[in-house]
Amino acid sequence: MVKSVEEINQKIREGNVRVVTAAEMKEIVAELGPEQAAKEVDVVTTGTFGAMCSSGAFFNFGHSDPPIKMQRVWLNDVEAYTGVAAVDAYLGATQLSETEEGYGGGHVIETLVEGKEVELRATAYGTDCYPRKEIVTEISLDDVNQAVMLNPRNAYQRYNAATNSSNRILRTYMGTLLPNFGNVTFAGTGEISPLNNDPEYRTIGVGTRIFLCGAKGYVIGEGTQHAPPYGTLMVKGNLREMDPEYMKGAYFPGYGATLFVGIGIPIPILDAEMAKFTAVRNSEIETKILDFGVARRGRPVVRKVTYEELISGKVEINGEEVRTSPLSSFYMAERIMNELKRQIEKGEFLLTSPVDRIPREEVFKPMRQREIRVVKSVMVKAFTISPDTGIEDAAKLIIEKGVNHLPVVKDGKLIGIVTSWDVAKAVALKKAGTVSEVMTKNVVVTFPEEPVEIAARKMEKNSISALPVVDSKRNVLGIVTSEDLSRLLAR
Amino acid sequence: MRMVLHFDSRTVTEPVLSRTTLKTGALINILRASVGARRGEILIEVEDEKAKEVEEILKTQGVDVIELVGAVQKDDEKCVHCGACISICPTEALKFNGEKRVIVEAEKCVHCGACTKVCPTEALTLPF
Repeated sequence: MVKSVEEINQKIREGNVRVVTAAEMKEIVAELGPEQAAKEVDVVTTGTFGAMCSSGAFFNFGHSDPPIKMQRVWLNDVEAYTGVAAVDAYLGATQLSETEEGYGGGHVIETLVEGKEVELRATAYGTDCYPRKEIVTEISLDDVNQAVMLNPRNAYQRYNAATNSSNRILRTYMGTLLPNFGNVTFAGTGEISPLNNDPEYRTIGVGTRIFLCGAKGYVIGEGTQHAPPYGTLMVKGNLREMDPEYMKGAYFPGYGATLFVGIGIPIPILDAEMAKFTAVRNSEIETKILDFGVARRGRPVVRKVTYEELISGKVEINGEEVRTSPLSSFYMAERIMNELKRQIEKGEFLLTSPVDRIPREEVFKPMRQREIRVVKSVMVKAFTISPDTGIEDAAKLIIEKGVNHLPVVKDGKLIGIVTSWDVAKAVALKKAGTVSEVMTKNVVVTFPEEPVEIAARKMEKNSISALPVVDSKRNVLGIVTSEDLSRLLAR
Repeated sequence: MRMVLHFDSRTVTEPVLSRTTLKTGALINILRASVGARRGEILIEVEDEKAKEVEEILKTQGVDVIELVGAVQKDDEKCVHCGACISICPTEALKFNGEKRVIVEAEKCVHCGACTKVCPTEALTLPF
């Protein structure tokens, strides 16, 4: 038995369509089987509500008198991109306020959707047709010509979960990660998430009408970084028709601003295959837990995991139970599925057939780089000393060699570090003795193959100015200093 | 009963908690402590029957006492029930209810403030 989208729309118009949520569909298929379920159910509603950084809105502000060709524009001190036309701009959800911490583009969008005014400030260079050089005014959604939400990458099918092997707390776009595998965070709504219910992208494609933050929006193509089964969607919708209840400006401490976006997608049950797809369970949806303690592109995979385990609240890592936190709201996703179901049943929401399909195979390529600069290429010779070196001898070495840092080595292994400051302090306090009494024992180190950006971040985080370079056996190979790195990074 | 004790530069060096225990016989459980050279803050838990007595003795020693009623406060206008706070809470005071809404189990909250620093919508605040 095969149904068409038009036949389903006819049922919607006649008021006898059968719509269920993705959560309800699992049970129906389990009970009736896909063939029978496809006969009984016409539409399955799916939903997701999560922090979707790749979100934003296009605005056309209208012309001022005299006119201005905005070179730069800010909404509540959050800068929008103006390289579009004279009074058009794109405001990204992750753009930060230049004056207020914890506030960004996502908050501006939410404020506007709430019906409130924001301050518009723009500067320009002035031309014959656009002589004005600056403007400050207030605007609301009623005042602008167009306000279109356009999100390059939303509704991730599934997403890598995050944990942290390092010994310090990490503030990430996956939330706060506690040290030593203290917790796991994950994103996406699993078995009720839109793309997981149409994994071949048969019904979700270019032109699919969706529920976007309370408005009727559209899929306009595959999202950026679309790489099945980690598929994504590019979506648009009219900001003026949106409901602030289904979006929320957000700020991840230590990471930055973003926007919670609510998306619901109706899936027409055209045949038994679609019924089977929409019966997918969390236990069948797999993802990976990545270690954010390693700040590299190729973050190590700690283990594979299913959404069932992630949603249960606990996962096992290295034989220990670790608690999990979602970053998507299952409560809101459920509300969106039910609201979309209600709208379809009431005849307020008709389905569309895609006018083109989105790719079923795509690879997520890394950036092509000129070079990855590693510590090995910038390290210099380290002058090492033994722990029983006298403080005076250390002082002499510092002066003679013109260095500020002396790694302390015992039996070939790094055991400490002495800086010119430590030595000066010891001399000023008239401390005689060996460097072992004044050295720092907990030495932060780097490795020859570590990228220089990571070494620089280590120094910045620990407020230090040099890192001994060691091999896996803690033999000292050299040293990098902040001076060397800043010279290199400034190039 | 939970109490937050504020110590000034004088009381911070005194064994006020030990003295209070000796005088009242109350068992004092320290839930959280941050003590510096010039001031300190300690969160304690005392059995309810002894609470008034403990509070009196602490006050006579010059400690500022705030009785803690309630737990971390959640603004339901702001909360989207994402759950980012759940795995951060050391005492599992934050959890999902049957409707998948985030709720606070007040009796488990130790006012550590870890959750207030991770909430993406700033929905969580401590009551003091």
